[in-house]
Amino acid sequence: MPESTPDPAGGVISRAEVAHLARLARLAVTEAELDRFAGQLDVILQSVAVVGTVAADDIEPTSHAVPLTNVFRPDRIRPGLTQQQALSGAPESELGRFQVPRILGEEA
Amino acid sequence: MSSSEADSELIRLTAAELAAKIHAREVSSVEVTQAHLDRIAQVDPVVHAFLHVAREPALAAAAAVDAALAAGDAPASPLAGVPLALKDVFTTSDMPTTCGSKILEGWRPPYDATVTARLRRAGLVILGKTNMDEFAMGSSTEHSAYGPTRNPWDTTRIPGGSGGGSAASLAAFEAPLAMGTDTGGSIRQPGAVTGTVGVKPTYGGVSRYGLVACASSLDQAGPCARTVLDAALLHEVIGGYDPLDSTSIDAPVPAVVEAARQGAGGDLRGLRIGVVRELGGEGYQPDVEASFRAALRTLESLGAELVTVSCPHFEYALAAYYLILPSEVSSNLARFDAMRYGLRVMPTPDASAEDVMAATREAGLGDEVKRRIMLGTYALSSGYYDAYYGKAQKVRTLITNDFTAAFGVADVLVSPTAPTTAFPIGEKVDNPLAMYLNDLCTIPANMAGNTAMSVPSGLAESDGLPVGLQIMAPALGEAVMYRVAAAFEAARNAADGGPLIQRSNGLEATV
Repeated sequence: MPESTPDPAGGVISRAEVAHLARLARLAVTEAELDRFAGQLDVILQSVAVVGTVAADDIEPTSHAVPLTNVFRPDRIRPGLTQQQALSGAPESELGRFQVPRILGEEA
Repeated sequence: MSSSEADSELIRLTAAELAAKIHAREVSSVEVTQAHLDRIAQVDPVVHAFLHVAREPALAAAAAVDAALAAGDAPASPLAGVPLALKDVFTTSDMPTTCGSKILEGWRPPYDATVTARLRRAGLVILGKTNMDEFAMGSSTEHSAYGPTRNPWDTTRIPGGSGGGSAASLAAFEAPLAMGTDTGGSIRQPGAVTGTVGVKPTYGGVSRYGLVACASSLDQAGPCARTVLDAALLHEVIGGYDPLDSTSIDAPVPAVVEAARQGAGGDLRGLRIGVVRELGGEGYQPDVEASFRAALRTLESLGAELVTVSCPHFEYALAAYYLILPSEVSSNLARFDAMRYGLRVMPTPDASAEDVMAATREAGLGDEVKRRIMLGTYALSSGYYDAYYGKAQKVRTLITNDFTAAFGVADVLVSPTAPTTAFPIGEKVDNPLAMYLNDLCTIPANMAGNTAMSVPSGLAESDGLPVGLQIMAPALGEAVMYRVAAAFEAARNAADGGPLIQRSNGLEATV
């Protein structure tokens, strides 16, 4: 995440930052969406920033309502999906495997 | 009596009444199922509660229940043979599961959710899959990629969300029972605005296995019904430990059916009911507050002692929720990567995997889902993590502490379920923050993980639309919550001369 630069409009998030977030989140958003989302996300972030005003320095964070650590089960063989079931929703498959687009650049 | 008159009586019965008739073989499950399928064919073109109607599988499941009963077998459960509408977020091996999203259009999961499997085993008849805000993100069902669901009380208005399809199917008499999921109010708020009953069980009380994740630390599946007893009967079918869900609570399901039957007697003497000071005032529709005050007088007349409690950090619950939820969403929805199932968009014939992911997610996900993914990505990024996500987690602790203190002086807490009645379709769809305010009262229970429900508390004076009373109880405190809800429901029915839902609604005029 790049350093936050003050937005001339006084907002907490700029259009350029929203574009960066979209890239990180693998969302090929359009220019029109960027215009719309930048304003909406700025309003939402300004509102949720109120959590910063709560005095909570000595408070432990809660990540989960049920205090769980590790949950174990017996290590026993049980039926799973067949190869055919696992591939049943695949956009493309070949020789019993998921077929995916190339993951390396041309130069690799 | 003509068959259509007999059908229209069947669809207005409660699940408990239908089960009694089916098990006594006065009527067959096939007849009951057919009556509901006919009703769906009649009204769903207007209501749009269903994304998929499973006519043949439903009739086959009903016939199997009838055959077992004819052979002298005991019913598989107290609800065997009763039809049910399933939110399209539970995986079903014989029906599509889309979560209201284009990215999963036509997807057939290779397995059943634990909830689906338990419903089938108990002999419930799954009528189909109900509409929802995409991936359960929304409070109006307008964020479904397949178009909005309409509120049967007034078809120009929203049915709540995200489980608007399930709630509307009940209010439209398309199904006597439905299943929902509640991450920030998605069972309770639709229940409130459609005049139905919706329960968010204690976190971990109902398995999340096969429930497509929104925010894993908040999601909880629960029953939707037209009466408190019906919700309790369904709760006992779906609840209980599941080794396939590592957050499942390994404890007996609270005896909610017995509690609902006891509560219907109307005696709440000895119970302390806490009124949460912070859940009311500015932003609340005046006649929602009037309905709430009338509900308090009713509870008092049943013998309960009212106490005012303060939960000072509830004020920050909405803000903390809209940091924690998007953070979990941004992580959970990373699985929709166009590789193993669902939509794949190839922007160019030799596009890289990364470009395919970005193009697919852009085409397959709607605005609200994109907004929340980006918000979560922001809140979790280095430099902002402590100020946003970290701080929200601390607020979550403070909300839990508020509940603990309040439950020290009260057996249950009450509030309005939602700040307003159902609003017009389109009114808030472009204003995310205004939409988020619908969840003001319901979010605290998701943050702390305790149980809460909505029960109809009458109609608002100004618009004649349903208002819900929220009842909250400690973790695994469902029994006392159902007891209070059943007592309140019985008192309302006595005062109103019967359930108000039977007198609805705007639908008959439009179909």
